[in-house]
Amino acid sequence: MTNAPILKLDHLGVTFPNNPVFSDLNLTIRQGEVWSIIGKNGVGKTTLMRTLLHQLRPTQGKVTYLPSVNDVRIGYVPQFRNIDADYPLTIRDFIGLNLTGWKLPWLSAKERAKVQRIIEQTGLTKLANRPIGQASGGEKQKAYLAQALVEAPNLLILDESTASLDPVTKTELLDLVTELNQRLNLTVLFVTHDIPMAQKYTHQYLMMTPGKVEQGPIAQLTHDKVWEGENV
Amino acid sequence: MFSYEFMRNAFAAGTIIAVICGIMGVFVIARNMSFLTHTLSEIGFSGAAFGVFAGWAPLNGMLLFTVVSSVIVGQLSARSERREAATSAISALFIGMGILFLSLANKNASYATSILFGSVIGISVSDVRQMLWLSLVVLLVVFVLYRFLKFDSFDHTGARVKGLWTNALSITFLVLVALSVSVAAQIVGSLLIFILLTLPAATAKYFAHTVGGMMVLAIALALIGVWSGLTLSYLTNYPVSFFIAAIEAIFYFVALGWQRLQTAE
Repeated sequence: MTNAPILKLDHLGVTFPNNPVFSDLNLTIRQGEVWSIIGKNGVGKTTLMRTLLHQLRPTQGKVTYLPSVNDVRIGYVPQFRNIDADYPLTIRDFIGLNLTGWKLPWLSAKERAKVQRIIEQTGLTKLANRPIGQASGGEKQKAYLAQALVEAPNLLILDESTASLDPVTKTELLDLVTELNQRLNLTVLFVTHDIPMAQKYTHQYLMMTPGKVEQGPIAQLTHDKVWEGENV
Repeated sequence: MFSYEFMRNAFAAGTIIAVICGIMGVFVIARNMSFLTHTLSEIGFSGAAFGVFAGWAPLNGMLLFTVVSSVIVGQLSARSERREAATSAISALFIGMGILFLSLANKNASYATSILFGSVIGISVSDVRQMLWLSLVVLLVVFVLYRFLKFDSFDHTGARVKGLWTNALSITFLVLVALSVSVAAQIVGSLLIFILLTLPAATAKYFAHTVGGMMVLAIALALIGVWSGLTLSYLTNYPVSFFIAAIEAIFYFVALGWQRLQTAE
């Protein structure tokens, strides 16, 4: 059975003054799919993600969220966060930051239970009370993932989240994302330069090159395609 | 000491200031805005001088200048790479204006000194009442916006991705700092306000385990500094701002030493 589409890009393009970033991008992403977004630095991967996150307006074409914009809840996991190592912000506190709204300053019992559930799901139980600034790179990435998950997204964007991790930690994190994808039917966009990881963990690829965008099942992403013109 | 009305007023005002500065200071430190706070205090001096020139109460001049300028500073320093330079330019301009207004008002250096360094003797009951109302406004806004402010201050990237209106939050926060500066200037003076808005929170971050804990500890440290400063000033007749500055700085250096020991272990 084919899952319903949740995101459709029609002739999408973004141009900064005198600098076309990408144009004529057509893409349909369905619930539960795992996409890798690849391409070398400067081709517009981050610009595309910022457009999906409503931070940039496309200069051509459109993004359609299906069935409606409110039905697509996006969780975003970046590579870095600028958090002072000395802040007394525990991983538990950090995850709870994403629970906003016009509410009382402190979390309700229901919200605390929600944070605890995510902590358990992401394997952060033993680290929950450690200041996030003192956590290792892998632990921080797990905390960023947990923060993104606390609002129950159905589309998760991993924006080079594994770039600075060692191979074991990288595998651990992507195993966790795969498990979430299978259990929650979570759609995942994995922005990466790591082709072996993309081949192992994603279903489809979108390769962005200057002036050209290519997509297809990940099995069709061959060595020749990647290295032709040094595309990653 | 408490048989004098001015000392009772000073302690009441000092307590209000310590609470406000302890709470706001946590956000000032998390947002790396110590320098900007210093600039707002200089603008406060200029505003007070303008108030004197215009025949108003200095607090009203301060409120006008700090609130208006906090919006301008917020806009000009929205991009972090030009924040330092923009803040320095505004700071220089306002100090110059402050001196000009004092000169136009035909006030002498001792008047400037009392604006810059504060005065315990001049605090009346109506001043305390006015400070209390302003502080309640600040506390109410912080209470309502607490989750947004906390998210944006401690994880700006996350707040932006979430779609929070971070620019509006930043300007709102600066206006709150402007109000706090105007309140706190009554005792410690405009030049030393940033001490209470930065050092207690900067010290507290080394000892607290949660943001809430940091806030409570910052309030406690500010209270110790203000109460001890007022007492020592009463006993020795030296300026209260010197004692407050010295006590808070000692706390901060002890915290730095403690942190170093912890890291070395």
